[in-house]
Amino acid sequence: MPFLNFHYKPKNELETGGRAAALIQEDASEPEKTCPNCHKSIPLSRLWSNWNTCPCGYHFRMGGRQRLRAIADKGSFRELFAQVEGEDPLEFPGYREKLEQVRNASSEKEAVLCGTARIGGQRCCLFIMEPYFMMGSMGAAVGEKITSLFEYATQYRLPVVGYTVSGGARMQEGLLSLMQMAKTSGAVKAHSDAGLFYCTVLTDPTTGGVTASFAMEGDIILAEPGATVGFAGARVVEQTTRKALPKGFQTAEFLLKHGFVDAIVPRRDQQRVLTSLLGLHQRGEAL
Amino acid sequence: MSTPAYDTVKLARANKRPTGLDYIQNLCGDFFELHGDRCYGDDGAIVGGVGHFRGIPVTFLAIEKGHTAKERAARSFGAPHPEGYRKALRLMKQAEKFHRPVLCFVDTSGAYCGIGAEERGQGQAIATNLMEMMGLNTPVITLLIGEGGSGGALALSVADRVWMLENAVYSVISPEGCASILWKDAGKADEAAQCLRLTARDALALGIIEKILPERELGQPAFYGLLADRLEKELHLLLGQPDLLSRRYARFRAFGRPKTLESPPLLGVK
Repeated sequence: MPFLNFHYKPKNELETGGRAAALIQEDASEPEKTCPNCHKSIPLSRLWSNWNTCPCGYHFRMGGRQRLRAIADKGSFRELFAQVEGEDPLEFPGYREKLEQVRNASSEKEAVLCGTARIGGQRCCLFIMEPYFMMGSMGAAVGEKITSLFEYATQYRLPVVGYTVSGGARMQEGLLSLMQMAKTSGAVKAHSDAGLFYCTVLTDPTTGGVTASFAMEGDIILAEPGATVGFAGARVVEQTTRKALPKGFQTAEFLLKHGFVDAIVPRRDQQRVLTSLLGLHQRGEAL
Repeated sequence: MSTPAYDTVKLARANKRPTGLDYIQNLCGDFFELHGDRCYGDDGAIVGGVGHFRGIPVTFLAIEKGHTAKERAARSFGAPHPEGYRKALRLMKQAEKFHRPVLCFVDTSGAYCGIGAEERGQGQAIATNLMEMMGLNTPVITLLIGEGGSGGALALSVADRVWMLENAVYSVISPEGCASILWKDAGKADEAAQCLRLTARDALALGIIEKILPERELGQPAFYGLLADRLEKELHLLLGQPDLLSRRYARFRAFGRPKTLESPPLLGVK
């Protein structure tokens, strides 16, 4: 089966662009981005038309709405719970200003985007976390939106596809953000007990309280190549243990090796893989 | 300058405080410890086992820091590894099978932070506990007796009742961690402790715990006697509750819920 062959083999002729790339006349004035992996410059237009990945295989970070366009069928997305936004329950110094600043800069109200969509023609609930909103940190509003989405999916018997990216719990909301780990887990459990399918895609970085809750609770757990996924931050581990970290520590490949993700799927294959997996989990209807 | 909240943090961390095993041994005369997660190993930071509590067979779980230097090292200072959480889950599932209530005593600065813990899936182990505890069909009471450090403490705290000792703390991140991330200065931990609202009184005000237990005569027979009375009463109440699981779900569902949120109509799905 073609979709089982996920492993990225960088630096073969096709993937570095090959002859086709040589034919593209690049506008010298176009803004470029330098790839931290291969150190080449890539024009932004080419980066964007290539799912924000470098020809060498490096996956750049991707905003929620951009990712949505790459995954969901055109025009199929209906946003849910968009009105839910974080408050400042503890009156934590500087948090209100920070929220306002991030909201203005990102034009998002919160760090997750929820709704219904079709992927390859199949209906599902979809959540995509937003790296450009306080690094996808989970406060009460993020927990509330994800919990509500799972409750909605359980009510209408829909599978859930979730893209995670998070620095962890949002500490400015204190214990209320910690409690979101249990709250979301409860909704995932109810969805799972109803016999419904949940697939997570771990993207760079997925850490802390999100790793220790709904990110790791999928029936199938996929990850993007090179994504950092872990519980404790690598720097904290290094400082605490005073040991050199093994090569590739907490990368998606490391998790695959240790048995914590099902497969690594590059961005350009994700739509196809999710379509197959959603198809495999349709109960009754296909018979 | 120290803040009142940080003074509480220091009390919660004090070496002389009774640890999880002290509670178990004072509440239960016939405690029998059970070891291992049946997958990888046995984690000293989590103690589990069975015994009678006032005539009721109970499963006890405790995050144990130890008293002497040697003990503390062997128990990794009460920071559990993934195998500890998996052992706890195994014993909770066993409790469910035999209709035993579960009593948890939590005292940890957080889940263990290390290479092996990450390799063996610290995040996955905690996530699984949260999910499974939400559906564990037997009463669970958690007592936060010292430090309640983040996800590592929550992994034993998805309970029907969560009580805190007067000078225990419960927090999403250590004050030191918070200060070093936000202000790049771990020395401002006392300020961070105040901002994080991590004392028992704060947790009660936020509605996250049900009860604060006074520490008068902490560790003395009178203290354990009073605690046992309260636990016994609550256990009998919970054992008679037919809708235990939906109440537990509602308990956590309410945290951080906006005041007005209606269930939306079915959109985009035909």
